[in-house]
Formats: sequence, structure tokens, C-alpha cells
Amino acid sequence: MRDDIAISVKNVSKSFRLPHEQHSGFKQFLINALTKGVKKGYENQHVLSDVYFEIKKGEFFGVVGRNGSGKSTLLKILAGIYNPDRGEVSVNGTLVPFIELGVGFNPELTGRENVFLNGALLGFSRKEIDTMYKEIVDFAELNRFMDQKLKNYSSGMQVRLAFSIAIRAQSDILVLDEVLAVGDEAFQRKCFAYFAELKKQKKTVILVTHSMDSVQQFCTRAMLIDKGEVLQIGKTSRVAEKYTELNNIPRATLTEKIKSKNVATKSQVDVKADCSVGDDFISFSISAGSARLLPDTVVTIVINKSSGEKVFQWSTDHESEEPIIINKSNPVFIRLKIANIFPDGRYDVQIGVKTVDRSTLYGIFNQICTFDIVNPNPKKRDSNWKPAVKAEVIIK
Amino acid sequence: MFVNLRRTLKRKNIILLRELVITDFKLRYQGSFLGYVWSLLRPLLLFAIMYLVFVYFLRFGEGIEHFAVSLLLGIVMWTFFSEATNQGMRAIIDRGDLLRKINFPKYILVISATISALINFTLNLIVVFVFMLLDGVNFGWTALLFPFTILLLYIFSLSLAFFLAAVNVKFRDIGHIWEILLQALFYATPILYPVQMVMAFSVTAAQFLLLNPLAALFQNSRAQLFGYENVVTPSQLFSSTLWLAIPYMIILATIFISIWYFRRSQSKFAEIV
Repeated sequence: MRDDIAISVKNVSKSFRLPHEQHSGFKQFLINALTKGVKKGYENQHVLSDVYFEIKKGEFFGVVGRNGSGKSTLLKILAGIYNPDRGEVSVNGTLVPFIELGVGFNPELTGRENVFLNGALLGFSRKEIDTMYKEIVDFAELNRFMDQKLKNYSSGMQVRLAFSIAIRAQSDILVLDEVLAVGDEAFQRKCFAYFAELKKQKKTVILVTHSMDSVQQFCTRAMLIDKGEVLQIGKTSRVAEKYTELNNIPRATLTEKIKSKNVATKSQVDVKADCSVGDDFISFSISAGSARLLPDTVVTIVINKSSGEKVFQWSTDHESEEPIIINKSNPVFIRLKIANIFPDGRYDVQIGVKTVDRSTLYGIFNQICTFDIVNPNPKKRDSNWKPAVKAEVIIK
Repeated sequence: MFVNLRRTLKRKNIILLRELVITDFKLRYQGSFLGYVWSLLRPLLLFAIMYLVFVYFLRFGEGIEHFAVSLLLGIVMWTFFSEATNQGMRAIIDRGDLLRKINFPKYILVISATISALINFTLNLIVVFVFMLLDGVNFGWTALLFPFTILLLYIFSLSLAFFLAAVNVKFRDIGHIWEILLQALFYATPILYPVQMVMAFSVTAAQFLLLNPLAALFQNSRAQLFGYENVVTPSQLFSSTLWLAIPYMIILATIFISIWYFRRSQSKFAEIV
């Protein structure tokens, strides 16, 4: 291995035998013996196939992938917890994995005793822990609780203690698995400060995360794995893009377009609507025509959750006070683009054509279209449901 | 650099082993009123019962000098053997939480489980020695051999623990099987009864009995402490060295098979546990 390479993974494959039921039982043994393995009590699941990559020294390497893509298995192989079925992993230097914080924590021991136990798992002797004990406790802000049993700690306190010990770990390579996923905002800030510090120290770090923000903020390079294969490796922006793309397959789909059915008493208008749902915007293009002249109309759009709750309402007179004149031969076109800030779920759209004073209803179209939102980026969600709206009304 | 790495790895293992033993000891008697005293009290109370039943009522070992303390020593040694193998057997399956999250030599877990049994054993032996002094046992120079016999007993128990721990990961029934086997071994080892009793029945049976490595170790340690004239040892029953070697060959075979099996299966522990 070259000297500047910290980790090299060559054609690593791994599969697990997943037992269907209790596979070690006597019943299964008999079934296996009688059916000569035709009806096996297990199936092979290929978790990683032919994974190949190298990490240079000093790199902050991100590993992303959806749940069940094989990230954790890969980490466990890097950490030496699992052995690959095929392929080769070489690690140049000492490696400390944090598959989980607080490994070996025992609820029956006091906080203090757990510090020594967890420290031992990281390779620290009693003496070494003794010298940094005060720092660990101060950082975790748990001075008052160290002689209490761990089972009486809140989960947040446990995480704080574990993290304070973890950051003392001295090794050439650090493997961090979704440590960020736990803890409150203050804790996450501490995590980020620690990452920044590691980056400054030019440590080799492998970070597994779902957050594209942290990948782009900290990582120098990243890798996307899906179904056990490396999909993309290289620039973080490219990997983040691909990851979003991958997540977006079921992101926002137009489930069905129900034929516009006018449920108003007198069918005086004809409305056609098209909607498309994107990551950032929901766009509508609507056309409304009529067999006769309607001189003072507004077109209204209401988006309802499938539960019936109204989340959005807009009408053409939001744009201009001028009423729309729908002519015999000239339908009106409306293009509406609203920011996609809604929570996940199923929505339907209702379009109405009314007089400006809302006294007469020319037509109302329920569920003119229905769509689902599965948004990978929860940050954009706004519970106030006040999206930015861009509208264009074209009257020919 | 390579040597350096090996040294730190070794140091790390010792730190971990130490911490695991300490934890184990702290947890064992947590919440109990008498705490550590139990590890002394248990074999003593067991001894009291057995003494009452077998020596007082059934008159076992009548006419044999120091038979009562010899019974106590047997019980203490047996307690160690059964504790070490039972705890060792559970050592891997009980620490699945560690195995799945961090890579460290798996043998540390088994050693740590047997070491806490060994600490108990040492404490118990001190009590046995006090009783021996009270009983007026004269220690000869052979008493110096006793620690080596104990070392052999420890190595034998440890290897069995390695084997059982590895089997237990795949095949949990071993816990039940071992429980029965231990019960059988308890009677196949001269703990309650003197070998003289078996010899009175049949010399061949006594010879067969002493092929059991535990029997050989127990009798040898008694002879070393109480004097060879009071205890029947394998060397008194067998004239050929080949027969004498059999218990030790069994021990040796156990060591090799156990280590081979443990090493072979340890890479899969984290996945199966």
C-alpha cells in the first residue's frame, strides 16, 4: 500500500444468512435434514458487492446511502468487526470506530465507573483517564451526577458523557457513524465543532451520514452506495446531487389526474388543469373557458390535504383587482408556481370559477388533480403554509 | 514500528481485560447485603451440608486423616471449575453489545470471565488453608507443587471455557447439555467420597476413575497438601507411565481442540451473536 493511503478497500463483498425463523432450532435442523436443504431456513442477502475505493491520509471522507444500502456493514468491515466474504481491506494506522457512542456502558455502574470502562474500550488506562477525567466531566456538564448510576441518567446525559469520552480518542483514523443523529441542537453544535477541529488537525475521518449539509460542509470527498454497490465517488457536490436524485424517485408524484368534473349546478365553464410537483415548486397550468361571455370572474385554487384540511388558497384577484373576462372563444390561461413547503402527504386541488363578489358560482371542480409529496429535505417545510407564489394570468 | 504497534495492542488488551474483570466483580454482588462475603459463604455452606450428609451421617471417609478439609478443598476446587466453565461459556453471548460495535480480541472476554472465578477461588483457598491449619495439617515440601496443579486446573478450565463459549454462539443448547455433564462429572470426580471407597469396591473402577483429568488433579492436589500417605493418587494405582499420562493427554488435547475451534469460529461471532 502506498504511504499516503490510509484505507484501501478492494473488491469487498459481504452477504449475510438471514434465518427465516429460529434457524438454530431442532425443528429447523430436522427440516433441513429431511428436505436436504431444498427448503432452507435462511436466505442469503448480499449486502455489499465488489466495493472498491481508497481513502487518502488526511481526507474527510463521507459515506452516504439510503437506509439498508450497506453503509453500516461497510463500516463494520473497516472496523474489523465483520470479515468480508471476498476482497481485501487494508488499514494503515490505528483506527477507532464509533459505530455507536458509549459502547460498553453499563446501566448498573455509576457514571464515573462507566467513564473508565468506556475509556478502556478506547484503549485508555486508568491513569490516562484519571488525568483527563475532570475535562471529560466538565465537557459533559455532568459534575453533579458522576456518582449516580447510569440507569438514572436521561438519554441526553448518557450521550453527552459518551461523546465527551469519545472525543479524547487518539488514533490515526476515526470512523463516525451517524453520531449526529442524536442529541439536541446544542449537542449537535458541539459535534460540528469537533468535526471542524478534526478537519483542522488533518485527521483521516470517515463520516457516515444522511445529512447532505454535513457532507458538503466537512467532507473533502464522498461516496454514495446503494444496494451494496458504489454508485458515485468523488466530489461531495456531485455525490449529494446523486443522493438527492436517488431519494427522489418516489419524491413527488402525480398520482392521478381525475377528469375535471364540474359539480356546480349549472355547467357554464370548462376548466382544464395540469399540475406538476417538483422538489422546490408545485406548478399548475390551468385553462378556463366558457360557452358564453362571463365578464367579471375570478378563478380560485384551493389545495387541501387528503384529510380535508385547507393548506393553501389563491385567487386571480390576488394578482390584480381587474376581473377576468372569459370570452366565448378566448379561454384564460393561468400559470401558477408555488413553493413546495408542505409536509409529506397526499393533497388534492379544487378549482372554482366565480364572480368577483363571490355571489355566483360558475363552476367548481373538486379533486381536479391529486398529488403526493415526499420531501427529502425537511428544512424547507414551513408549518405556516405560506408559500411564495408566482402567478401569471394570460388572457388572449 | 511494527514491534511498537504490537506492544501498544498488547497494552490495550491488558487495560481492557482489567476493566472487564473489575466491572464483573462490581456487578456480581451489587444490591446484595453481604456482597463479596457470599463468594466465601457459598462454598462453606455447601461444605456444611455435604459434611453433615456424607461425613456425619453416611460416615464417608471414616478412618482417613483430614477427610473433612479434603472434602472442603474438593468443593472449593469444584466450585471454581464449574464457575469458570459456566461463566466462560456465557462470556461471548452475553457481550454481543460489545462485539457488534468494536473490534477487540474475543479471547479477552473468556479470560475475563474465568479470572473473576479465579479471584473467588483464591479467596476460598485462603479459607481452606485456615481450616487446614486448624485441623493440624503438616505441610510437606510437596505443598510447593500445589500452585502448579492449580495452574493446570485453571488452564484446563479456561480451555473448556473457550470451547464452550464458541459452541454457545451457534448452538445454545450447550448450556443445558453442560449442566448435565457437570452433574455427571461431579460424581465422576472424587469430591464427596474417598477413592479408597471405590477401591474397596473394585480397583479397576478406581483406575478408570482416575483417568478423569479432574480426578487426577484433585487427588494430586490433596496429596500435595495432606501427604501422599493419606490420598490415593494416580501414581499409586498405575504402574505404567502411559496410563499415568492419559489425564494429561486429555488436558492437552482439550487445550489444542478448544483453541483451534475458538480461533476458527471467532471471526463470525459478531455476526451471529
